[in-house]
Amino acid sequence: MNAALLLSTALSSIGANKLRAGLTLLGIVIGVSSVIAMMAVGRGAQVSVTSRISDLGTDLITVRPGTQALRFAFFGGGGNSDVLSLADALALKDEVFAPDVRLVAPENSFSGAAIFGSENTFVSGVGVTAEYLEARNLTIAMGRNISNADVQNTSNVVVLGSETSESLFAQRNPIGATIKISGREFTVVGVMESQEGTIFNPDGSVLIPITTAHYRMNNGKGLIDSISVSSINVLATSESTVDDARTDISTVLRLRHELGVDDEDDFLITTQQDTIETLEGTQGTFVILLGSIAGISLLVGGIGVMNIMLVSVTERTREIGIRRAVGAKRRDILFQFVAEAVLMTFGGGILGVLVGWTIAYFGNGASVDGDIIETVIETHIAFIALAVSVAVGLFFGIYPAVRAASLNPIEALRHE
Amino acid sequence: MTTNSLNSVPVIELTEVTREFQIGTHVVRALDGINMTIEQGEMVAIIGPSGSGKSTLMNTLGCLDQPSSGSFVLNGQDVSRLSDNQLAETRSHQLGFVFQSYNLLPRETALSNVELPLKYSGGYSGKDRRAAARKALDRVGLSERYDHRPMQMSGGEQQRVGIARALVKNPELILADEPTGNLDTKSSGEVIQMLRSLNEVDGKTIVVVTHDPEVAEAMKRVIAFRDGRIVEDRLMTNSESPITKLNVDSSASDEASE
Repeated sequence: MNAALLLSTALSSIGANKLRAGLTLLGIVIGVSSVIAMMAVGRGAQVSVTSRISDLGTDLITVRPGTQALRFAFFGGGGNSDVLSLADALALKDEVFAPDVRLVAPENSFSGAAIFGSENTFVSGVGVTAEYLEARNLTIAMGRNISNADVQNTSNVVVLGSETSESLFAQRNPIGATIKISGREFTVVGVMESQEGTIFNPDGSVLIPITTAHYRMNNGKGLIDSISVSSINVLATSESTVDDARTDISTVLRLRHELGVDDEDDFLITTQQDTIETLEGTQGTFVILLGSIAGISLLVGGIGVMNIMLVSVTERTREIGIRRAVGAKRRDILFQFVAEAVLMTFGGGILGVLVGWTIAYFGNGASVDGDIIETVIETHIAFIALAVSVAVGLFFGIYPAVRAASLNPIEALRHE
Repeated sequence: MTTNSLNSVPVIELTEVTREFQIGTHVVRALDGINMTIEQGEMVAIIGPSGSGKSTLMNTLGCLDQPSSGSFVLNGQDVSRLSDNQLAETRSHQLGFVFQSYNLLPRETALSNVELPLKYSGGYSGKDRRAAARKALDRVGLSERYDHRPMQMSGGEQQRVGIARALVKNPELILADEPTGNLDTKSSGEVIQMLRSLNEVDGKTIVVVTHDPEVAEAMKRVIAFRDGRIVEDRLMTNSESPITKLNVDSSASDEASE
């Protein structure tokens, strides 16, 4: 029996029991459409995280104290914080030894309660220099930035994150007001623009001069050069010189820390690319997880196909006997039943791609609990899902088809 | 053994054919050393009580089953040791089978049912298939029923569709297993007439398994089975004449070639 005849025979058999075929198909439709929709959501999340990190600027390099072994403490800010000093940071701004470095913005941190009148809020504080805002791609909404004079003078001035400002002052103008942070008085000189939706959201923080943070908030001692910093933000001259800048930083810091050839770095240099890769890796796992869950429903759909095909073989035993008696070979019967299974899963696959695609299309931008869901539809996922659904039909169709083909024609003809 | 060697090769030649079935621990011998020759153009009834082995014989002749031992030569080809695929080929090309319960595909039209054997033999376009199926339906007098489904036809008509299906590839041999078993007297008569006409007009070799004495009487030769053996093999000079009894071992007949 040739392929065209085989297909028309299989189609007419499927058409003979439309409700059953429809329900069987539905299993595959649900499986395939959930694969498509889940993958679209997963990829969407991945792309959106990547783009948020890129918003910070891909030329940003972060240097932290600590060794490679502590790398995974990165998000926790671990490491030996005594290793990097303000002098180290200043040394990175050197046109001879570090020609690829454009901007250096050291920071250290503190935390405490900010109080204005009867309002108070917990803040995460950052001790900064004037370069911090540019390095972090932040802008001032009103008032002014922390100046280098503020740093020199260890001034008690503060720039508020938008959320902090909102909590303490509501709609009032905070500029010029005096607030208390951990019992010390600060004059508000500026408020930052809100960065809602970015990955490192500074809205709940406050910025003060790095010197003030060290001597006043953290009760540090020593000369200004020896102020310890928790990290140094470095901008490369351009995106393409990030790797060169990284080498520059490493060279300068190793010299300054008098590290021998065999000594490990006592600092960690992280580029935005590293961060993106780490996060993409995490997100990749998430996508695989979503895909697997959806894949399981496809598998269940496949089992449904097998179940129906087995019932169908039993019901059509006599038909099989008739076909065999008039000259059908075993393989003609085998191919007919496999073709039926594959046609059903292929049809279900196509419908599933359409449904999944529609869900992903209309789901893009939908908001769930205030989070915007982004979806990214990838054509190759649709083709893979379709190929998998055909494979499911083959896999789950073969066993019933083999059963059908191995029936003895005499017994099959006698079957009532 | 054959006195009528004027003919070419016999259509059917069975030599010491046995067929055994294992049922539980004991072996049942359904066919017990059958020797039988059927020449081209014969019209033979095979009769016998149930359990006599005639159905097993029919399955063997129809290439649905194979002998446990002995040889079965069909149109000069030994088919007793063929593979499953070769048997399917043989069924497709060498014979047509008519069943007691018609065995039509219920969802298909008469035309489509008659086309079925052509679908499995290859080499026919859709147009060729339909033309051949129409011709076969015309031959059995169902020109008005091409597009009817089995449920829309009488038993006699359904059986004639079954005969058309057996005819469609124009085989030498037509096997009919109780073709009138499910029919009333009138329809039975029509089916018998149809089979006779295929024998006399178209020269087909016809073998019919039957319980029905009337059907047997309408044939030109009657072979009786009991307990897996041939107990009687007789010729009719014509269907109205007294029955001529023959020796069991003399399986050939001169009349068959008349």
